[in-house]
Amino acid sequence: MREHRRTGFTHLLRILVIAYLGLLVVWPVALVAISTFSRGVQPVLDTFAQPEVQFAFQLTAVSAFWAVLINTVFGVTISLLLVRARFPGRRLLSALIDLPLSVSPVVVGLALLLVYSNRTGWFGPALERLGLQIVYAPAGIVLATAFVSLPLVVREVVPVLSEIGTDAEQAARSLGAGAVQTFWRITLPGIRWGVVYGVVLSLARSLGEFGAVKVVSGGVALRTQTATLLVEERYQQFGAANTVTAYTAALVLALIAVVALVVVAALRPERRP
Amino acid sequence: MNRWSGLGLGISLVWFSLLVLIPLTAVIVTSASGGWAAYWNALTSAQTASALGLTVGTALAVTALNIVVGTAIAWVLVRDDFWGKRALEVVIDIPFALPTIVAGLVLLSLYGPNSPLGLNWANTRVAVFLAFAFVTLPFVVRAVQPVLLELEPEAEEAAASLGAGRFTVWWRIVLPSLTPAITAGAALSFARGLSEYGSLVLLSGNLPYRTEVVSVRILSYIEGDKLIDAAAVASVLLVVALVVIVGLDLVSRRVARHA
Repeated sequence: MREHRRTGFTHLLRILVIAYLGLLVVWPVALVAISTFSRGVQPVLDTFAQPEVQFAFQLTAVSAFWAVLINTVFGVTISLLLVRARFPGRRLLSALIDLPLSVSPVVVGLALLLVYSNRTGWFGPALERLGLQIVYAPAGIVLATAFVSLPLVVREVVPVLSEIGTDAEQAARSLGAGAVQTFWRITLPGIRWGVVYGVVLSLARSLGEFGAVKVVSGGVALRTQTATLLVEERYQQFGAANTVTAYTAALVLALIAVVALVVVAALRPERRP
Repeated sequence: MNRWSGLGLGISLVWFSLLVLIPLTAVIVTSASGGWAAYWNALTSAQTASALGLTVGTALAVTALNIVVGTAIAWVLVRDDFWGKRALEVVIDIPFALPTIVAGLVLLSLYGPNSPLGLNWANTRVAVFLAFAFVTLPFVVRAVQPVLLELEPEAEEAAASLGAGRFTVWWRIVLPSLTPAITAGAALSFARGLSEYGSLVLLSGNLPYRTEVVSVRILSYIEGDKLIDAAAVASVLLVVALVVIVGLDLVSRRVARHA
């Protein structure tokens, strides 16, 4: 009797959860895929022939590449320091590293604008003299993207680094390996899945950043318009061709996100044997 | 601390300051640069106050929903077993991975003007709620799931064998162990809702006094070149983000001590 009631409740909960996720996530995502091809395959293919679309995806890819590269080097360095070194302010730094995840993208954009804008920024006059433009230029897009995805590598690498311990490193050092050699031969292979996981997450986040990039880039087509900004602009314009372009670009971004998730899901068991 | 880690720490801190600390400080400094009266006026102007009220209210409501639904989802993922459960795991993370502008487009397809359900919630406050619910979906689930996974069933079995009902076991045994995780997930979910922007751009219409949220308000101040007002409103979001981060740090330390 008791067992019977339990399965009844479990089934009900299961159905409610599936219905909730279906209505909130699965069905809407599927509809975007269907809407993209509502006028056939040809308009979708035509989208990729547009120079604005090619430019936007190229700019997005290049900016994401630099942001992820910077965050990976920074993330591994900071993780090593947070786990292995002892210095005053370590706990504060560890808490502050997470800050970019809870700051609104619009506030991120505003913050960068206030410091790096040539006209009004704190460092504006200095940048002007050096002939550097950051805001309303690709450099600003890289900064905004690096800001929002900053903690992702650190959050993945720190737990792995604490888990593997220092025994192997100490053994290598005692056998005469230098610090650099120990890092490349012992530490990095030990944390490689944490790094890969962090890189995939950063890449997904970087390709999809919208709010912060919108504020600092200006979103000018063929100059500073990234893929997400293109989706917004085209969706708000009249005409079926623009709608198809918006949906196609959105679908490509969504597919990249889902592939990133599947890759991460496939890597996960590797980390937790 | 040897030569290498000293050098690494130095370079990392310079980069972190240039990218994050100095810009965020600039927001606070700029918000104060107009004086207290200007700061207060920016926050209490009717349109900004309305945006703040809508954002905080909706973020609280969505967080309450996430506490219940997120815990239920985590429960199903850990304790139930059925065909396709692994697919659900991926579905939970989609809102994290999907670009926010795409999230808005996604929700429009089912809840917008061309909805196959015949609903049209675009440009209403329901749309703001939906967008918040979508982007904050994973927080409570991902916080509760690992704790539930580690929970030993012995205590629950003991309570049940002593005659406790299903509800009593849940309320007295399971829920207290999950509370810190639920709190952490709820705090992150609230902070994320409060700061949401991208998913609302296409979905909510950004109508002043109706569907305009705080981030959109900040953006229109920026576009109107009122950087001091923008910084004033942004400083509120920044303080909330800081409080959440510090609070989570304290909660996780307390949990680690008790464990």
